[in-house]
Amino acid sequence: MSAWHERRAHEIAGAVRTGAVSAVEVTRAFLERIDAVDGEVNAYTEVWRAEAEARAAAIDAKRDRGEALGALAGVPVALKALLCTTEGTTDCSSRMLKGFRSPYDATVVRRLRDADAVLPGKVNMDEFAMGSSTENSAIKKTRNPWNLDCVPGGSSGGSAASVAADECAFALGSDTGGSIRQPAALCGCVGVKPTYGRVSRYGLVAFASSLDQIGPLTKDVEDAALALNIICGRDPMDATSAAVPVPDFTASLTGEVKGLRIGLPKEYFTSQLGSEMREKVERAIAVLEEQGAETVEVSLPHTDHGVAVYYIISPAEASANLARFDGVRYGFRHPDAETVDDLYVLTKSDGFGTEVQRRIMLGTYVLSSGYYDAYYLKAQKVRALIRQDFDRAFAQCDVLVTPTSPTPAFRFGEKTDDPLEMYLSDIYTISANLAAIPGISVPCGLTSAGLPAGLQIMARHFDEATMLRVAHCYEQHRGFDPGKPPIARGAA
Amino acid sequence: MSRITEKDVDYVAGLARLRLDEEARARLVREMDAILGYMDKLNELNTEGVEPMMHALEMTNVFRDDVVGESMPRDLALETAPQHDGAYFIVPPIMDPEES
Repeated sequence: MSAWHERRAHEIAGAVRTGAVSAVEVTRAFLERIDAVDGEVNAYTEVWRAEAEARAAAIDAKRDRGEALGALAGVPVALKALLCTTEGTTDCSSRMLKGFRSPYDATVVRRLRDADAVLPGKVNMDEFAMGSSTENSAIKKTRNPWNLDCVPGGSSGGSAASVAADECAFALGSDTGGSIRQPAALCGCVGVKPTYGRVSRYGLVAFASSLDQIGPLTKDVEDAALALNIICGRDPMDATSAAVPVPDFTASLTGEVKGLRIGLPKEYFTSQLGSEMREKVERAIAVLEEQGAETVEVSLPHTDHGVAVYYIISPAEASANLARFDGVRYGFRHPDAETVDDLYVLTKSDGFGTEVQRRIMLGTYVLSSGYYDAYYLKAQKVRALIRQDFDRAFAQCDVLVTPTSPTPAFRFGEKTDDPLEMYLSDIYTISANLAAIPGISVPCGLTSAGLPAGLQIMARHFDEATMLRVAHCYEQHRGFDPGKPPIARGAA
Repeated sequence: MSRITEKDVDYVAGLARLRLDEEARARLVREMDAILGYMDKLNELNTEGVEPMMHALEMTNVFRDDVVGESMPRDLALETAPQHDGAYFIVPPIMDPEES
């Protein structure tokens, strides 16, 4: 029998509910695991040891009283550092919010607590979720458990690394242009960006409000379905959360894809895709065909314009959202300010890191008088065209299957000198955010260098059920066990 | 010719309330020029008559009953502020006392 920290969330919840193991025992196993490996992985920015144990003890007491336990009974869930929690701090891996204690819990955090999850702490990210490697964190450098010289991806790099290294049962991240799916692919875990509006953004520190979604990073598709059951649904605190019924996603995992039509967008299989990654994805498609799915080539003609649209719209929204960090109501205040104007300038210039300042500059520029039509309005029009591309494609197929990332994990510093090159690592994930559709990344093999590759599946608005069904069927029949990263094997 | 000049960067930094040192200023001229140059791709597309996508989902107004709910207690809201006096957030002088 494997150790508790290696188990899936659904196994842990089942065992805690029946009393086969106590929540305290599970929590201690994970805390010991964090002690053993996080010195190398550096996924956590803070660990809530006493709080997690107390919470686990309260869950055990509840069970002892004969009360029914929630769907995540005793399951330790790591939280990306931009999810507001009354426990600990919510620093967005930024100097700007160092030590910030939120007066309220994000809706997803409240839902996790209500489902009897245990919260072991906060995990690292690119500052304010801006980045694709977690190298933009102002706190620490998170390393990829598969190769400590490589980045974990980003911006939810701490979430992905903590799952891959068995330092939590699953984690929550946020995805604005691929920030859940890309690190999930690079760290060999499952990552879901739900449909825009599926999950309440209340208590998620905003980056780009028309693109941001919270989602789970898990060890398998069943856990992703379980997590989505808890976090999805309308919330009066977020007017953009959709009043669309949430099905039981675990019930959609039938193992059947017979008759489903899988679209292969030809624009995703160009020379930008490395041959090794292509081969992994093609093999995955063959597995789905063997299971009875039909494949059809489709076209998303504006794919090539996605990155340009994204890097206009997201910085524009970010420059407006981040204006609130002015040193008045929360977070950092520069000590030398003598006038209120100084207060804004010194606080922002010292509180925000290089990438965040770059995006504020870009966003301010594209929204400024004289450039608004040429950049921002133009981008919104092309965004409409990208969405139409997907509407047309989904008239021909039920899901789209693509690679998640053009390359596996890259080395530290490899892309930090050229922001544009870093931005292009999101080419396969950005469009789902622009079109507001759901996407999932599932591990589809290891490269010759021993690094994970990810398969992306995208579906129609609010059709996570079909997306999960295909992902689960692939996972059950892919014919290999992705195994554990060296850090997990070495320290076990 | 570079489309972004130091003057543009200074102007935008002023709007964004950022103070840039010489190195950052020069770097941003270069980077913004490259990034905005890449955005030229969008001009390949004819978007005449295309409705801009202003919202992620087609939602109409979201209404709720106009009833008073609970608000965050004042002391809790003030607790997170760098400086407050128990009733208000405190900031440095907004007007120069010498000039008034």
